[in-house]
Amino acid sequence: MEIRELTCIRCPIGCHITVEMENGEVKSITGNSCPRGEEYASSEVTHPERTVTSLVRLKGGERPVVSVKTDGNVPKEKMMDVVKALKDIELDAPVRIGDVACEDIAGCGVRVVVTSNVG
Amino acid sequence: MKRDLVIIGGGPAGLAAAVSARKEGLEDILIIERDTRLGGILNQCIHNGFGLHTFKEELTGPEYAARYITQVEDEKIPYLLDTMVVDISYDESTGDKKVTAMNSRDGLFTIDARSVILAMGCRERPRGALNIPGYRPAGIYSAGTAQYYVNMEGRMPGKKVVILGSGDIGLIMARRMTYEGARVLCVAELQPYSGGLKRNIVQCLDDFGIPLLLSHTVVDIMGKRRVEGVTIAEVDENRKPIPGTEVFYECDTLLLSCGLIPENELSNKLGVRMNPVTGGAVVNESLETSIPGVYACGNVLHVHDLVDYVSGEASEAGKNAVRFLKSEDAAEDDGDVINIRTENGVRYTVPSTVRISKMPDTLTVRFRVGNEYRDKNLAVYLDGKQLMKLPKRVMAPGEMEQIILVKSKAQEIISGAENREHELVIRVEDKE
Repeated sequence: MEIRELTCIRCPIGCHITVEMENGEVKSITGNSCPRGEEYASSEVTHPERTVTSLVRLKGGERPVVSVKTDGNVPKEKMMDVVKALKDIELDAPVRIGDVACEDIAGCGVRVVVTSNVG
Repeated sequence: MKRDLVIIGGGPAGLAAAVSARKEGLEDILIIERDTRLGGILNQCIHNGFGLHTFKEELTGPEYAARYITQVEDEKIPYLLDTMVVDISYDESTGDKKVTAMNSRDGLFTIDARSVILAMGCRERPRGALNIPGYRPAGIYSAGTAQYYVNMEGRMPGKKVVILGSGDIGLIMARRMTYEGARVLCVAELQPYSGGLKRNIVQCLDDFGIPLLLSHTVVDIMGKRRVEGVTIAEVDENRKPIPGTEVFYECDTLLLSCGLIPENELSNKLGVRMNPVTGGAVVNESLETSIPGVYACGNVLHVHDLVDYVSGEASEAGKNAVRFLKSEDAAEDDGDVINIRTENGVRYTVPSTVRISKMPDTLTVRFRVGNEYRDKNLAVYLDGKQLMKLPKRVMAPGEMEQIILVKSKAQEIISGAENREHELVIRVEDKE
């Protein structure tokens, strides 16, 4: 039996949730005060995901870098792979919000899009 | 130059105020921004989580700013960039307001403004205001300055980082520096609770195994030319370092995220009444300062937790400035006034006075508490009669609270009173 302790982030209350796991399966969730907490805890212990926001280099622009985000969530354990893969990307200025910087980042099947307008 | 409305600052507050004033039909608006672009601090806040209330989706800072900048451009609202306002003056006998500004193109110039919206935002508390002993080497930055270097200039301020203060910018920078290859050793927080949002603690610290040391502070900074390390000690309930608890952290960078201060030099010179708790102006229900026709909104008024609330507040200020200009505001002002008093855990409110004649049907009153409270009631009394009692699971200093005052309910209570001055009290109470 594995015990995981989490802080729920679905609202400002921040319930301390305890999840009991066995062989990768959720056995019980306690400490939450609403169904959203249960949903959060269950996805957080089985397949946690994050949106990654970072930078890529920009050539010929008014700034040397431009902000980007993954256009959707990536598995939490792939976060640092995504950030590393972004270091190999260089865009040409000008760029607009929504421009695609990468079609599939670090094999996650998720696009990376530009989040600033830079001339 | 003459203008109906001059907005000082082109960040989230200034932009929303301008868009809202134009929607109310005002033609003659000018935004003055000292940076080279509109958008203010949002431009460097490349993380997401903005706009959940306003746009019902999660945006990054630059994307959120762009939504408003696009509206300003579409509406052809004029703005001046790279322009610094150096003075605002008020002539009490004529009601005239003069805004003096300068830039490298036009030099020094003065604008006669019929109304002004103060939207200058806030500034980080610097090291000098924190009384940290030790040397003064390179490598000590406010978190926002580091954020600018990394996100706007693509430069790294250091490799091994300690962060003092658990404000949101510090938490965000812990993750940002980690992404960029730095090692963040810990975040030390003087208070026994975090100053930042819960989601930032989970996603910026817990995700990367960065410890949050509550009731800890930096008691020494080592290194003469460059930071070589800091000493962190635990503090007691009076926030005094406990001897014997000192731990040395070898690092080359110290980031400070120890609070934000509204940037009110102009407001002070102008002579508007200030609130010592918020560091911002005292305003009434219309977000109008003690000077008629001068409004304040956003972080220059009080430091907000979410930009969505800044936009909402600024829209109100924009709307009210237009009412002032159309003289709809000039109706009898000698009616009932409610003064809001805070006690028992509630630190301040915005607004702090409410003129019933000018009050909208429902009025949002925003405030912060001074401590972490669990399972308490938030009680509101008007002239000694209980107006509301809201059970609260949790309230924390890092998160802004609000109540909605209903005009008809307030009128019911005060209608029988002889006095025209009324008192509204907001306080934290134990549950029975």
